[in-house]
Amino acid sequence: MGIYILKRLLSAIPVLLGITVIVFLIMALIPGDPATAILGSYATPENVEKLNRDLGLDKPLVQRYFIWLGNMLQGDFGRSFSLNRPVLDEIVERFNATLILAGTAFVLASLLGILAGVVSAARQYGFADKLITFTVLIGISIPSFFLGMMMILIFAVNLRWLPVSGMYAIYGGGDLPDLLRHLIMPATALAVVATGVIARMARSAMLEVLRQDYIRTARAKGVPERRVILAHALKAAMVSIIPVLGLQAGFVLSGAVYIEIVFQWPGVGRMLVDAILKRDILLVQGGVVFVAACYVLFNIAVDVAQSLLDPRIKT
Amino acid sequence: MIAFLKLLFRNRLAGLGAVVLAAIVILVLITPILPLPDPDVTATADRFKRPFTDGHLLGTDHLGRDLLSRLLWGTRLSLAIGIAAALIAATIGSAIGIVAGYFGGRIDNIIMRGVDMLMAFPYILLALAIVAALGPGLMNALIAVAAVNVPFFARNIRGVTVTLAGREFIDAARLAGLGHTRIILTEILPNVLPVIVIAMSTTVGWMILETAGLSFLGLGSQPPRADLGSMLGEARAALITAPHTSVVPGVMIFLIVMSINLLGDGVRDALDPRLRSGALTRPRAMTMVDREAPLPPARDDTGLLDIQNLSTEFRVGPRVYKAVSDVSLSVQPGECVGIIGESGSGKSVTALSVMGLVASPPGVIAGGAVRFQGEDLVRASYATLRQRRGDRVAYIFQDPLATLHPLYRIGDQLAEAIRAHHPIGRAEGRRRAVELLTAVRIPNAAARVDAYPHQLSGGMRQRVGIAMALANDPDVIIADEPTTALDVTVQAQILALLDDLRRDRGLAIIFITHDFGVVAQLCDRVAVMYGGRIVEQGPTADVLARPRHPYTARLMACVPELGGGRRKLDAIPGLPPAVDRLPPGCAFAPRCDRAQDVCRNGAIDLVVEGDRALRCHFPCNDTAAAGAAT
Repeated sequence: MGIYILKRLLSAIPVLLGITVIVFLIMALIPGDPATAILGSYATPENVEKLNRDLGLDKPLVQRYFIWLGNMLQGDFGRSFSLNRPVLDEIVERFNATLILAGTAFVLASLLGILAGVVSAARQYGFADKLITFTVLIGISIPSFFLGMMMILIFAVNLRWLPVSGMYAIYGGGDLPDLLRHLIMPATALAVVATGVIARMARSAMLEVLRQDYIRTARAKGVPERRVILAHALKAAMVSIIPVLGLQAGFVLSGAVYIEIVFQWPGVGRMLVDAILKRDILLVQGGVVFVAACYVLFNIAVDVAQSLLDPRIKT
Repeated sequence: MIAFLKLLFRNRLAGLGAVVLAAIVILVLITPILPLPDPDVTATADRFKRPFTDGHLLGTDHLGRDLLSRLLWGTRLSLAIGIAAALIAATIGSAIGIVAGYFGGRIDNIIMRGVDMLMAFPYILLALAIVAALGPGLMNALIAVAAVNVPFFARNIRGVTVTLAGREFIDAARLAGLGHTRIILTEILPNVLPVIVIAMSTTVGWMILETAGLSFLGLGSQPPRADLGSMLGEARAALITAPHTSVVPGVMIFLIVMSINLLGDGVRDALDPRLRSGALTRPRAMTMVDREAPLPPARDDTGLLDIQNLSTEFRVGPRVYKAVSDVSLSVQPGECVGIIGESGSGKSVTALSVMGLVASPPGVIAGGAVRFQGEDLVRASYATLRQRRGDRVAYIFQDPLATLHPLYRIGDQLAEAIRAHHPIGRAEGRRRAVELLTAVRIPNAAARVDAYPHQLSGGMRQRVGIAMALANDPDVIIADEPTTALDVTVQAQILALLDDLRRDRGLAIIFITHDFGVVAQLCDRVAVMYGGRIVEQGPTADVLARPRHPYTARLMACVPELGGGRRKLDAIPGLPPAVDRLPPGCAFAPRCDRAQDVCRNGAIDLVVEGDRALRCHFPCNDTAAAGAAT
């Protein structure tokens, strides 16, 4: 198993390099002069030239890429001009908040989605199945940012049950209960679409598996139906559900950008949008590479989970 | 096409989606000629008017602009951008996919590596990076959303193209000297086009949502022009004081995406043949029972297991497939009864009906009784049936790779068979599993107990299947072609094993096969099935020596005799009957050379004569050889 994990990690290296190349090339497309963007249009030509030199922008493209890559590998993602602090410090701090939000939403979506899918399949064409199918259809059609806004309107403004936005109360907050109170709405709003997609996938995977011969074998052994569904069928269905979970993690991470804006959650998505509007390129570059790298590593974890579940995968 | 549309609209939800979407599209198309105020004219004095105020049906926004007008123009823009993005993504992505799939080899490899790389991003990161580079703006958001979806199309279309590129007509086109461009445009493209269209119909909703999202973030459409996303984004500041400005565009996005989703699901379902045939329905825990005839009275000389006038059907839509009709069969303790017949003769369905294991829907037990020690199992509750399953009546199935759970160790699967009926601990379960594996002569059982099914050979897996059936020392074992998938040596070993177990433990066995050799070796009695009915029954040696039903005789003539090399091997002309339209008389009559008119009119009864039974007007007589019939 250790060797398998190592092999998967090694195979991620070209992907990670590819990501840096893609991000770097996209950023190199930027029309105009980054130094002018930073200094503003009234800057003197001397200052612009000096900044270009300091940023290494006077060097050829390939050389610039390797300098950037080398610095990143040493933990130097550059300095954000709009925040005037090291990019990496900002990213790590923001990513922490995103992880709390997206992680909660992802766990919520996985558990609820699989549960709904299993119930739906076990009661195919019954009332529970129809109710779940209908709810899922609504859930995957509501834009998460609109859902978030409506939740604020209902639960924070009208019912006053939950705080409107932010991660902690400004005065006297900061402990875990405070965080949880702030987390409920954004995490739920973020989880809804993924829950729906996972539920759909889990339902069809379960239906596929329930037709297999080994389910008939389990029944022929006299295994109680509850165990047939929850142990035999679900375990086999997980083989097709787990890759969907990996894919949905990416969508949850993407949706977090909107939710962070709606709920003013101090995460990396909001940071990226701000950075784009301020044209803080180093911050965008660093943030995108960092989050994409984390996502790649997460998907390796998904593959490892898959190989633990399915002994037929050669490790 | 018409059939497809009918199918689509039979799905009421898909129809609803189509209607809503059509209404929105029509509304948006006629927007320029509707008598609406200019969507961009501001009138700050009239700001935040509520819906249904005079002149403003949906009210006004923070700059006093008419919301209805902005909604329709915004929807127009959102739809246009979403569809444009889908078209661009589909065109570029499909082109990449076709090139990769058609040329294959290194080109394919390099392209797909790149595609995988792009797919390693959570989609919004890539979109954000592109917008960051190009700057905020509607066109740039369009480009970003299209670019993000290119890999999806490239990968899907490549898959389809790869299979197409290997087909004969492409080879033919190549041999005819057509150029690559010509082949791609005239041979490949027309064939992948439907796939492209379907992929587009499932993603266009997404793309509308994604562009709306970028606009919501302020990275797409810039003021004063608004699409649905930027309307919602601008309204957010006034969410608390004027919620209607948020609700109006939000609900519109929801309606668009939902109607597209409904329609997409409908299209997918209408195109999926499995859904139509009911192949995606979940089989219940036990076969449904819909007994048309009254329960037959119990017979006096019932054996251990007594199947009485059993009928099992498959009901698929308006069609009824009578897989088993009026089958009676009993087995005594220690006896082995064979059921023989071609595939589709109903022998497996008979066996599965005993314990209610016929997949249902579509399977239905339509009549008869199955008495185990005098108790009718057809009428039994699920709890009763479950208690008998595997404990008193156990099954051995064909093809043990499919019938053993791939993700559980065989030891656990064996222990589970016991634990389903007797509370035993983990260690005890393992010990018993090793014992069982030893009993079916698996060498090195203590180590094999931890193996997964895929790590064993076919013969070993079949032994595991037998061990599982023996787990609770049952009274009856129903073996459904347990040796069909195995080679001859292994088959002989397995048969010897079953025979020993029967003698040692006094097991009753119902053995299903299409092989007379196996019947001769193992079975005391044999029943021959054809078209869902038993056509002949009797002691094995007697039936083999003196087959009376022409079908039995012909079936035996199909078996090559060892050492009888030069004899002509007879095949039975024609095909077994389709059980949804059985002929009124003898099912074998169309293939029988003895059949006369009386065979084709009216049912023929199974006539019992001593220890033999026969369903035929013109039996072959005492002439021993099968050849006599021909």
